[in-house]
Amino acid sequence: MDIHEYQAKEVLAGFGVTVPEGALAYSPEQAAYRAREMGGERWVVKAQVHAGGRGKAGGVKVCASDVEIGEACEDMFGMKLVTHQTGPDGKGVYRVYVEAAVPIAREIYLGFVLDRTTQRIMIVASAEGGMEIEEISAEKPESIVRAVVEPAVGLRDFQCRQMAFKLGVEPALVQQMVRTLQGCYRAFTELDATMVEINPLVITEDSRVIALDAKMTFDDNALFRHPQIAELRDKSQEDPREARAADRGLNYIGLDGNIGCIVNGAGLAMATMDTIKMAGGEPANFLDIGGGATPERVAKAFRLVLSDKNVQAVLVNIFAGINRCDWVAEGVVQALRDVKVDVPVIVRLAGTNVDEGQKILAKSGLPIIRANTLSQAAERAVGAWKNDLSQGVTMRAVS
Amino acid sequence: MSILIDSETPVIVQGITGKMARFHTKDMLEYGTNVVGGVVPGKGGETVEGLPVFDTVEEAVAATGAEASLVFVPPPFAADSIMEAADAGIRYCVCITDGVPAQDMIRVKRYMYRYPKERRMVLTGPNCAGTISPGKALLGIMPGHIYDKGHVGIVGRSGTLGYEAASQLKDLGIGVSTSVGIGGDPINGSSFRDILERFEKDEDTHVVALIGEIGGPQEAEAAEYIRDHMTKPVVAYVAGLTAPRGRTMGHAGAIISAFGESASEKVEILSSVGVTVAEHPSEIGATIARTMEAA
Repeated sequence: MDIHEYQAKEVLAGFGVTVPEGALAYSPEQAAYRAREMGGERWVVKAQVHAGGRGKAGGVKVCASDVEIGEACEDMFGMKLVTHQTGPDGKGVYRVYVEAAVPIAREIYLGFVLDRTTQRIMIVASAEGGMEIEEISAEKPESIVRAVVEPAVGLRDFQCRQMAFKLGVEPALVQQMVRTLQGCYRAFTELDATMVEINPLVITEDSRVIALDAKMTFDDNALFRHPQIAELRDKSQEDPREARAADRGLNYIGLDGNIGCIVNGAGLAMATMDTIKMAGGEPANFLDIGGGATPERVAKAFRLVLSDKNVQAVLVNIFAGINRCDWVAEGVVQALRDVKVDVPVIVRLAGTNVDEGQKILAKSGLPIIRANTLSQAAERAVGAWKNDLSQGVTMRAVS
Repeated sequence: MSILIDSETPVIVQGITGKMARFHTKDMLEYGTNVVGGVVPGKGGETVEGLPVFDTVEEAVAATGAEASLVFVPPPFAADSIMEAADAGIRYCVCITDGVPAQDMIRVKRYMYRYPKERRMVLTGPNCAGTISPGKALLGIMPGHIYDKGHVGIVGRSGTLGYEAASQLKDLGIGVSTSVGIGGDPINGSSFRDILERFEKDEDTHVVALIGEIGGPQEAEAAEYIRDHMTKPVVAYVAGLTAPRGRTMGHAGAIISAFGESASEKVEILSSVGVTVAEHPSEIGATIARTMEAA
């Protein structure tokens, strides 16, 4: 789960990381008011969306007066901010964060990640702050310094000092760097984060080490023990279909194609999408309905997939292991009677009692297109979709 | 011989009184697995399917001589249960539980490394379907009847995609030596490479099928091992060609976040070390069949 910059800063400040003075606003008037309250001569107005790359997309503006703050906010509120991380639809801006501008002497990149190679927490830093880490690793890989944390003893101060000296931080500021790194590490481990990114971490002209930006991502599997973090979830930043699916216990990701998929198991779901692509179609979604495929779940899945108006055919691919195919087939039949489906439905069942399952689908009288293999299912789905397009037909049966 | 488990291996089930655990305990017993008991704190003295339940893994091992364990414990407590198994002298542990916090798994792995290699527990999972050596033992939740006994070693992340491959093999009359699920989590007990090392040494395994997916470095690590050490032919399939970058595709670990983590990059890396890659998931079985004929 992602949280906003202002939330991440509040969390990190609680662990001893220094952040600029700032205030949240839900309207242009409030933003100007909060800036006046804060005092100073220059402020930065930052759109709060769950994505990086806001600066280049017009989501960060430096202002020197009430009027400028008002204008910056008018542009931001209600806009869909499109950055390289948001996808083409962008993310809605409903809150802005106003910060006192800070005199920057130098910028550092700092990231904490779960490193899958060492299977431990890794710190990644670079003296080339302000650039995205992808750019840094492509253009200045030699500037990157790393440290891996031994889980039994946690992050050691010597590692922080080593990192600070490698980054060329002047000796008088090393202790501030140690405090910042230890604060981020404690937040990472105590709150089960999967990523903490401070880009940039700045050294100010008056020799302070400050987190100018902050991004945190948390482990969904650990939210049960961090209710205060779970509360920070902002559904306005999520794809509405995905949020609805998550609330119903389904694992769904919307894509741009028009063949909807209902599959049990994540690996098989990805393989099904790939097969559709190879057959000349485009998958409309990823959907894993879980190992078991109860009639209720299948029905929920149909409703969800069909809520995407681009869907022009639905491919159901269920491998029934412990749950038998006849039982799954009954579920599919019941779901198709409950849910109004006006696009071709292709069903492929495999596993235990597959012949019984096929009979149930055939006897149902429903216009279900059946398939025996995954590739056959994908070909029939793409075929039915193309046929529909050319003839304006909706549903038909194939034996 | 088979890897990790055989027909004699005494198995305990941690969390045996749960609904899912009871169901699969019965299934494993029917398959012929030597299940000897279970562990649930506070339920010592009860029985499930005629098997004794113990309060601690230590007691269960002392009373039954258990060497392997299957963990069905809910996510908040799963890591603790795995550590308890490691401490009690269990040699092989499969964790089925989906949803274990990643940092709990970092601590589990660190804890397991307290023990010298010859006494260190082997862990597969979490978030996996388990391990089966057909005709000998089933330690997990997969349907046993889709696996015939034979000489193909299977290692994969996904449950149902693994079943898909196994049933294609069965349809072609090809059997399996052992099938191992390593699970879909980013921090997992055993990697592809760990299991490949075992298959390489296993006399019963002639060909290995590696079923990978997007995310993480473990397919690339496997490729390096195959290039430098593997004498047996390896066939692979990698799921997620159409998966968008930066999105988690069901499995917590199935996310493209770095170079080399997409399906097409993994296919290229595996192909470059001589692995035969099935382009199509429907052709995993046929590709293995061709490789076996050629070998």
